[in-house]
Amino acid sequence: MRLSDEFRDESLVQQVASRLRTYEGISATIMEVCGTHTMSAARFGISSLLPDGITLISGPGCPVCVTDQRDIDAFLAIGQSADIILCTFGDMVRVPGSYTSLEKLRAEGADVRVVYSPTDAVNIAVGNPSKKVTFFGVGFETTAPATAVAIRTAREADLHNFYVYSCHKTMPPALRALLASGETAVSGLLLPGHVSTIIGTRAYEFIPQEFGMPCAVAGFEPLDMLLGIEAILSQIVEENPRVENTYRRAVKEQPNEHARELIEDVFVAADCAWRGIGVIPGSGLEIAPKYWAFDAKKRFSELVGSANPVSNSSCRCGDVLRGAIRPNECALFGRACTPLTPVGPCMVSSEGACAAAYKYGGPPTKNAR
Amino acid sequence: MRIITIDGLNAEVEVDGIRRKARLDLLPNAKVGDYVLIHAGMAIALVDEEEAQQTLSLFREYLK
Repeated sequence: MRLSDEFRDESLVQQVASRLRTYEGISATIMEVCGTHTMSAARFGISSLLPDGITLISGPGCPVCVTDQRDIDAFLAIGQSADIILCTFGDMVRVPGSYTSLEKLRAEGADVRVVYSPTDAVNIAVGNPSKKVTFFGVGFETTAPATAVAIRTAREADLHNFYVYSCHKTMPPALRALLASGETAVSGLLLPGHVSTIIGTRAYEFIPQEFGMPCAVAGFEPLDMLLGIEAILSQIVEENPRVENTYRRAVKEQPNEHARELIEDVFVAADCAWRGIGVIPGSGLEIAPKYWAFDAKKRFSELVGSANPVSNSSCRCGDVLRGAIRPNECALFGRACTPLTPVGPCMVSSEGACAAAYKYGGPPTKNAR
Repeated sequence: MRIITIDGLNAEVEVDGIRRKARLDLLPNAKVGDYVLIHAGMAIALVDEEEAQQTLSLFREYLK
């Protein structure tokens, strides 16, 4: 019993899929907001189980992918500082900046280390007192508390060589911006399971209330995703948009209070630039003034300020992240841009829509097959 | 993953024989034997066994 195998039960999945056939004839585009959903949908072939009119598209939920080019260039620029150790989650290592990447810096001799948690970076700082250890804080509400714990741990240990470059972001303002833009023709949102464990389903009430948009929080196993999709389809048919929770075993209505306390203590909300979307008011988490001693943007302000991003005009990651196009509609997809030679982050990250589309032999949509 | 040992806010978790360290800052009341979701070295949510079974049984009922 692992509380996940049951949600992959093939016969149950097939039965749900056949029940979904009752929605044959309905035309709906459902955005899977979360990068893990994108990968799961591709891996399990979820699209192939849906009626013809139902299409899945990816959204802005891959944290590495939505990190702005300027932030990536700024973090790479910090690598020029003497006695520096750059720490990052593995997904970021191969993401191209405008001029270099962490992988290239490492090949040139820079000390770049992949960590599994922000606390690992603190331990590296403890073990290397003569080095300046800088962690690239990338991720949504799920990851921000871990970074907050790392910063508080560093303060308690009176460390003076640990810094965080925060690119942490929050999901509700991004969903609001996406829906308000009206650019993406979406009929329902499959909401992220892990983020929701932190912020609770209550955080999404504005989606049906202000935008009349059906939505459901779902887990990541095939049965979870099908349940979420079915909840959205039934809301569409009944014309009764609401927030439905199909991931009750992990997600509650209320937020995790401990996470909220950590985030509110260590960070302050700020306007934040997202790749492909632009600046979204209040969607970023910057380090709060009382922790500025650990803020890499303050400590290395000159190098950070020197970042001069150049956009690769032909990479369409930004359009993919808004759900405006599918990966294979980008001219570079599978040609100039592959997992071996990625041009944009969506082809690098294990949660990226282009990486998922490439790995599983075609975008997770039936239109493209 | 399942919690194997707890020492303050530090836990050891396991799935399929793979063990990892995890912090319990977000779930200070978690107990040994609980199922948790792990993200970036943090336990972010308890997996409610009862709710899981309920979802599945409602589901099987519905499919009949």
